Amino acid sequence: MNAATLPRLARSLLPAISLAIILGAIFWLQPRAASYLGLNLMLSLAVPIAFATVAQMCVITVNDLDLSIGTFVGFVACVAATMLKGGLIALPLVAGLYPEADPATLPFWLTTPLVGWLVLALGIGVYALLGALIHARDLPSIVVTLGMSFVWLGLSVLVLPTPGGKAPDWIRTVMTLKPPYVPLPIIAAVLIALAAHLLLMRTSYGAILRGAGGNPKAIERAGWSLLKVKIAMFALAGLFGTLAGLSLVGLTTSGDANIALRYTLLSIAGVILGGGEFVGGRISPVGAVIGAMTLTLAGSFLSFMRISPDWQIGAQGAILIIVLALRAVIDRLEKRT
Amino acid sequence: MRWLLSRPWLWAYVAAIAVWGATLAFTGGRGGAEVMTAAFTFATFYVIVGLGQMFVVTLGPGNVDLSIPATITLAGAIATKVMDTQNSMILAGLLVAIACGVAVGCFNYALIILLRIPPIIATLSSSFLVQSTAIAYGRGIRIKPPSLLADFTTAQIHGVPVLAVSIIVLSALMAVVLNRTVYGRFVTAIGQNLRAARLAGVPVGGIRFATYVMCAAFAGLCGYLLSGFSGGASLSMGEEYLLTSIALVVIGGSSVAGGFSNVPGLWGAALFLFLVVTMLNTYGAGAGLRYMATGLIIIAVIVAASGKRAVR
Repeated sequence: MNAATLPRLARSLLPAISLAIILGAIFWLQPRAASYLGLNLMLSLAVPIAFATVAQMCVITVNDLDLSIGTFVGFVACVAATMLKGGLIALPLVAGLYPEADPATLPFWLTTPLVGWLVLALGIGVYALLGALIHARDLPSIVVTLGMSFVWLGLSVLVLPTPGGKAPDWIRTVMTLKPPYVPLPIIAAVLIALAAHLLLMRTSYGAILRGAGGNPKAIERAGWSLLKVKIAMFALAGLFGTLAGLSLVGLTTSGDANIALRYTLLSIAGVILGGGEFVGGRISPVGAVIGAMTLTLAGSFLSFMRISPDWQIGAQGAILIIVLALRAVIDRLEKRT
Repeated sequence: MRWLLSRPWLWAYVAAIAVWGATLAFTGGRGGAEVMTAAFTFATFYVIVGLGQMFVVTLGPGNVDLSIPATITLAGAIATKVMDTQNSMILAGLLVAIACGVAVGCFNYALIILLRIPPIIATLSSSFLVQSTAIAYGRGIRIKPPSLLADFTTAQIHGVPVLAVSIIVLSALMAVVLNRTVYGRFVTAIGQNLRAARLAGVPVGGIRFATYVMCAAFAGLCGYLLSGFSGGASLSMGEEYLLTSIALVVIGGSSVAGGFSNVPGLWGAALFLFLVVTMLNTYGAGAGLRYMATGLIIIAVIVAASGKRAVR
């Protein structure tokens, strides 16, 4: 190995090393955590966060930022806890119109969960449309998604004015699966990372998608439509955001408009922690999933240290700063060689 | 007239007045003055953080301060604790709140420079730390603000909020700073073309440093006044101010890409945002519709603003 590849290797291994360190520290503090049950408990919330982080990564790939992913995940959770379980009639708004109706006599269109699926598909459609709008009018994505965060929050409140609802049983079943030997969150994380990696790093169109972040002019001159690229990436973000919401509601069993507000900042932190660059299409899907898991574990680490959960956000910030500092050091070493 | 029509902030005021009119049309003209008093009262707090955010955004693409809400919460919590309901400590509390902002600003800029990361990431990670400190420090603290401070922040003379007038004066001052001082011109120059500014001898590092510190100091001031206004500091007092501060800059007609900013628009935008919520309340709309309207307005404004640029 020559001197030039060493910093590069160190940088790509940094996310995995930070995850290994925090996991090692947890096992050292509490050896019983190193069990099937312990890992399952600590990492279960990492699944929705990993989905949200991959969604954010899709948007960051094309040099945009999604400040609405948190409220979007909350919106999906609210839809899943109502319409996806019991159709339109599960909405408090609609239920008020039919106060004494017998569920058996209600028309099909009021009780079918298909409405829920339709709404979720529309959500992804809105994301695709946003991508088109941002590209066509050359809008700053921060402002557009900032506006969208209010829209999703408003829609969530309309769907579910007070926390409640009930997750569909099948999501519940999937999220509480207990496969032999390896806990579900770990299998899920590997699958998410693998899917995103294959899609973005191993297909030829994936290279175009990343290239649109690195050098949009070159991609356009090569005959690719930047509009389609933006639409594809935002739609992908919507899809992963939807998966985040569905997996979250499977864990919490009920919905709440404010359930995932912190996901917006967490997902950005996860992408950066995982080795993604803010601009230029330099991303790492595997790293992003690892970053999401590291941030999730920060909470467990604190509780094993007997430090108040008040410091959980602070620990996540500290991890982010330390990793970024290490990366700055590696970059400086790289320049010297 | 032509001068007025070419002002980028005009539309924020036109929209604010239109929404006010729509509210009055519903109530049959009653309560117009009261609505305006309330609008000015709440717009004041929006504008304080909007001023800082606007200077940061002026620095150019990628410059946004995401640590404003955390700073507001921390400064509010520390200031109320320092003052401990004593009227004699009001000035000390103010200084502590602003010092707290300055400290956060210095930390933000240190991260930007030392780690060579975009300001969004730097202020994001520092906001995690500051928010956590505020939560750990402020938990269980329920100290009332000193009576004089509470009186000052809620005082009205013939329906005109005193605090709003003070902040209008401050805004006018900041408008002079932006348009008539070397510092302000440097900020604008950096936003228009960083490379050109650097080659022209603008001390880019120092100017950016000062701007981030100033933005955080305004957030500290807002936390101080807000804790006086709302009867003490709370852990969620800063929450809505992140989105609002960015929204003010956009709706007020300043360029999100930096380099072209104006102060009057902040007031127009703040009044507009508050009046929209009031209007929807009068019409009996729930929280869901209010959020949606706010979001759609922000998107509509940014789309409209981009159209204007394309024509030019």
